[in-house]
Amino acid sequence: MKSTHRAATVAVVVTSLLAACVAGASAKSSSSQATVTISVASLIPGSTPAAVKEFENQVAQFEKANPSIKVKPVEYQWTGPTFAAKLAAKTLPTVFEVPFTDARTLGERGQLADLTREIKALPYFSKLNPAVLAEATTARGKIVALPKGAYAQALHYNRKLFTQAGLDPSKPPTTWAQIRAYAKQIAERTGKAGYLQMGKADNTAGWILTTVTYSLGGRMQSGSGTSARATLDNPQTATALNLIKTMRWTDNSMGSNFDYGWSDINQAFAAGNVGMYISGSDVYTNLVQASNIDPGIYGVTTIPLAKSKTAGVLGGGTLVAVRPDANSAAKAAAVKWIDFYYVRKLVTKSQAIRNAKSLVANKQPVGVPALPLFNKKQYDLANTWIKPYINVPTAQMAPFTSRIFGQKLIPEPAVATQSVYHSLDTVVQAVLTDRNANIAQLLQQANTTAQDLMRRST
Amino acid sequence: MSAVDAIPGESTTPPAAAALREADLWRRPRRTPLTWARSGGLTTLLLILPMLLVFGAFSWYPIVQTVIMSLQSTNLVDPPTWVGLDNFRTVLEDPLLPKAIENTAYFAGLALLFGYPIPLAAAVLMSELRRFRGVYATLVYLPVVIPPVVAVLLWKTFYDGSSAGAFNTVLGWVGLGPYPWLQSASTAMPSLVLEATWANAGATVIIYLAALTSVNSELYEAASVDGASLWRKVWHITLPQLRGVLLVTMILQIIATAQVFLEPYLFTSGGPNNSTLTVLLLIYNYAFANSLGGDYGSAAALSLMLAAFLAVFSLVYLRLTRSWSTE
Repeated sequence: MKSTHRAATVAVVVTSLLAACVAGASAKSSSSQATVTISVASLIPGSTPAAVKEFENQVAQFEKANPSIKVKPVEYQWTGPTFAAKLAAKTLPTVFEVPFTDARTLGERGQLADLTREIKALPYFSKLNPAVLAEATTARGKIVALPKGAYAQALHYNRKLFTQAGLDPSKPPTTWAQIRAYAKQIAERTGKAGYLQMGKADNTAGWILTTVTYSLGGRMQSGSGTSARATLDNPQTATALNLIKTMRWTDNSMGSNFDYGWSDINQAFAAGNVGMYISGSDVYTNLVQASNIDPGIYGVTTIPLAKSKTAGVLGGGTLVAVRPDANSAAKAAAVKWIDFYYVRKLVTKSQAIRNAKSLVANKQPVGVPALPLFNKKQYDLANTWIKPYINVPTAQMAPFTSRIFGQKLIPEPAVATQSVYHSLDTVVQAVLTDRNANIAQLLQQANTTAQDLMRRST
Repeated sequence: MSAVDAIPGESTTPPAAAALREADLWRRPRRTPLTWARSGGLTTLLLILPMLLVFGAFSWYPIVQTVIMSLQSTNLVDPPTWVGLDNFRTVLEDPLLPKAIENTAYFAGLALLFGYPIPLAAAVLMSELRRFRGVYATLVYLPVVIPPVVAVLLWKTFYDGSSAGAFNTVLGWVGLGPYPWLQSASTAMPSLVLEATWANAGATVIIYLAALTSVNSELYEAASVDGASLWRKVWHITLPQLRGVLLVTMILQIIATAQVFLEPYLFTSGGPNNSTLTVLLLIYNYAFANSLGGDYGSAAALSLMLAAFLAVFSLVYLRLTRSWSTE
């Protein structure tokens, strides 16, 4: 017995020592002094292999031009939960994208790296659209990200469903009354949802409701900073809610499912189940990359604006940020990558053409409607460079591209943006799922909640 | 003689054998650390060391960290600051908290009302079968084997609110529906309970089946002689005999349903108008949602409060049912 025990003890000790040695040997060795390795968010999970291949081409180009930087692509899409978990575990990619609404909050909370020095050193820094750069700047003037794209909200519609319903796809609706009528017609003649609005409780419902409110001339906040006041219960929001209430319960033109978020509504649209919906003007990229949309069905136009001085279209965009604990070598490398991959193709002809060529070769969309990062002149110039490579149905996008620059662009509510949207989520859900929802009462409650959250965040 | 301590576990011996015992002492030494190590204590320790480390790292250390975090405010980048009981105050003042508690109680109550008797009924019926019992047991357990997330996503498509949805189509064949399922505040929670019952009943059925084999069949025979129907047999013999198991599965179910997160999160994200917002989902939202996120202190505080409540509840429950569960 004793010798068995002794043998067992020895075996256990030796095994654990061996395991420790193996673990130690397989631990990543630190990079040599010359090269800096940065991990960059590549594409959102679920992207097509062609899109992934295109990205790897770009990485190869960059590494060739910068031999001292190694780039490791990582599939990462920024979301609140995964960001927090990765931040705590220190497994964030060095470079990742963040929407406008979140970047400032994160920057103010110290959860993004301070890139002021590196960004100010970029050659085109002074030419950046100040409104767009403001979205990346905290209240104390720290620049925490570089804008990579700006967009305006748009009304996307399915040309095929329009035709099936007896509507002219080249004449999309130009007023909210028309949207209502067209939705009813599509629902009646094709059985699909004529108009769908995001209704998921992940802030997208509030985001689209805010879009509709802006188009009618309302605002969700007044004032700024610590003296900002919540105005969720403005009359235009009530009008917007009454409109979807009518479409949902009276016309029955919104289908039977109302909990769509940003990605599932794109999926439903690409699958041909949605007549019209509102989302950012840049979703065509996602429709192609993740949902393999048939280009022939896609149409986009501007959101109808009310005849009021305050009516405008909600703008948004994406920024590229760096993880807060990156050292200065990593930050410099990161900004170089951001400059190369995201911005160069907008300011340098050769890079624009090279980028467009490889996108086309991998069947990725070129020429998706966006807003200028610098100014309209630069934007138009960049578009002429890539004109021969544009492979999106620009004619089908004309109703949007021809009218968007005549619309007033309004930034998102500045204080506690996501909290404002979240307070509105439940209102939208209530209206869409409860026939007897009391809109005035719901808006008042949402306003109180939002005001409290705004006060706590400043 | 008696200056020597008695060896633990050994009863006192008569004086005649004491001399023999003295001789024994030379062969069976006292238990000291060295003898403990020599007799295999070290091996035992080394073998349970991995388990201790794993539990320590993944269970006990996070619990300690949660307690600490509930008293702090942090942004996960800079060192945290101590804020005392502020987080608990914030949580208690949140207007969503009563709603979350109410919804959780509703879920637990529905699960108890419908989800609790079903596995028992199934087990009783299955134990009456002579043949194919194994087939039924396998079928009943299959839903448990399906990964929970997959099951929820599957059911989400089944719960499509239009008349073309899977469930609505089937119900339409017998003239029922179409029902809104997840699209209405009144039907969302029952839909969640339905899926949760389907996914989890199988495990309990297997437990009950095993417990039923321990019921003395002579009792049933005696009851048959007295002319008892199946229902009376179940009520007067099966249930009392299974008392212990039933009480344990009841408290386990209550604890599990009080912590429900997966179904509300994946099905409805808190449901139409907060109707499926549960306490766990609220904790999740405090920590991770809508980039206000990062109120990890409040999340930790609410987690602690829930754990404390369940601990107290369990103690009270076990106390009250102690007399019932003993034969």
